[in-house]
Amino acid sequence: MENIQARFKLDWPGFTLDVDLNLPGRGVTALFGHSGSGKTSLLRCIAGLERASCGRLVFKGKIWQDEKNWLPTHRRPIGYVFQEASLFPHLSILGNLRYGQKRSDGAGRVGLDAAIELLGIGHLLERKPDTLSGGERQRVGIARALAVGPEILLMDEPLAALDLKRKQEILPYLERLHDELDIPVIYVSHSPDEVARLADHIVAMDGGRAVAAGPLGETLARLDLPIRLGEDVGVVLDATVGEIDAEWHLARVDFAGGSLWTRDHAVPVGKRVRVRVLARDVSLALDEPGMSSIQNCLDGCVESVAADDHPGLLLVRVQVGASLLVARLTRRSAAQLGIAPGLPVKVQVKSVALME
Amino acid sequence: MLLTDSDLQAIWLTIRLAGITTLILLLIGTPIAWWLARSRAWWKGPVGAVVALPLVLPPSVLGFYLLLAMGPNGPFGQLTQSLGLGTLPFTFWGLVIASVFYSLPFMVQPLQNAFEGIGERPLEVAATLRASPVDTFFSVVLPLARPGFITAGILTFAHTVGEFGVVLMIGGNIPGVTRVASVQIYDHVEAMEYADAHRLAAVMLVFSFTVLLAMYTRRSPARKAA
Repeated sequence: MENIQARFKLDWPGFTLDVDLNLPGRGVTALFGHSGSGKTSLLRCIAGLERASCGRLVFKGKIWQDEKNWLPTHRRPIGYVFQEASLFPHLSILGNLRYGQKRSDGAGRVGLDAAIELLGIGHLLERKPDTLSGGERQRVGIARALAVGPEILLMDEPLAALDLKRKQEILPYLERLHDELDIPVIYVSHSPDEVARLADHIVAMDGGRAVAAGPLGETLARLDLPIRLGEDVGVVLDATVGEIDAEWHLARVDFAGGSLWTRDHAVPVGKRVRVRVLARDVSLALDEPGMSSIQNCLDGCVESVAADDHPGLLLVRVQVGASLLVARLTRRSAAQLGIAPGLPVKVQVKSVALME
Repeated sequence: MLLTDSDLQAIWLTIRLAGITTLILLLIGTPIAWWLARSRAWWKGPVGAVVALPLVLPPSVLGFYLLLAMGPNGPFGQLTQSLGLGTLPFTFWGLVIASVFYSLPFMVQPLQNAFEGIGERPLEVAATLRASPVDTFFSVVLPLARPGFITAGILTFAHTVGEFGVVLMIGGNIPGVTRVASVQIYDHVEAMEYADAHRLAAVMLVFSFTVLLAMYTRRSPARKAA
């Protein structure tokens, strides 16, 4: 009852969308894929901006679309953020924010004031959209979508039209949304960085189909279908900053399964963070390594082994406590170590990226 | 006063005709333009062509057909007769109806362009913000198309002021009823009253220039979609 069932078939010249998904009713779900993979079309189908001839959409037990029913966009309890902020040029910022809020039934959970505060746009309210920077406009666009009090927030690459600096300006606000909103968010992106920082669940799209779907950590650690977030296979772990070592400028992050040391990024102790561990930075040993430049060593157990792209390489999935890591080894070293499921190993992690 | 009473009467009649025609066309032209801007139906092309016909058709041809249609034996004439309204040719309202047809493209085309220029996105945004299609039309489309409405209104008014051929065919030349400024000038010239023709012609010239000047100077640079 608490989830979102989405089944759509779209057949356009040169493009088809064919998905049957069960999306979680909470947290951030990333629709991840190249341009043309169908992720935006899927989002538009959910919003009712596109009408798939053959589709069924059930949102938390309520039918939005099936063979007989069709709920038009303006009657769906959604908030939608477009790639370009698309503010109404004839209205002030406050007018834009109020536009949807006035028309919603007020049953939503995020009020206008809360949205203004959350996106930090209180000082812009009297201005006209064309006097704002791209980053400011997009923050207004997000606040406008929240001010209607949606039961689900749909975001179509909200950062794609912005340069790197503007992205860095908005990402912290999106992380706040993630932490403070209790409505589900569906976030379309082709940026590995945004997905690693924001997503709890991921749907990997390719050629109009969903090739993988599930919780972020688990899905990234799948060996049968390694999803490259950017340059390499790797996992993302939810962690908390546990300790700062001021002398050596290091920070310890604790995750379900152990602790890792990383460079201190001036993140306060107790803060929830995400860390990314790439397969190429993980090596395995049978014994406690002696003196080594690698600071992070964890106890783990080989869970499964799979071929990598290159015939000389293997991907090994290792269970560390409740978490999964992926290591890349050469076939030869795997053979020499006798790597097989069930083997206890020492997991050395050379580098950890704090997503901040 | 330089202008004679009959000149002033003709000018007042002209302004009334143009004003009423513009108001009627705002009501009729807006939905037609909206439909032409949004529809993907195959008969959008033919409809657009019919709307544009008065641009190329000689006014006498248009007037001729309207005369037949509104005459005692025409379909429209029979309708008005059965409603007890008599026939419309050589009346003020007959002139209004003819002007509505004659000036239709000057209302519809600027509006159609304005609607098309708005694009799909603001409508989608409004829908995601809970606005129904009708609500969207009044709260988003109308304000965004405002420059188009002003252009269309001015063009329609000015074009109706300038009509001559259709007036002659439908309205004839009845003082105070159908004798508009352009016909009055024609009368002056026919009667060799060149001085009178000059004055009225100058008024028309100044009017037309002022209207166009106002339109071209107020046109601010196109607002960028934010």
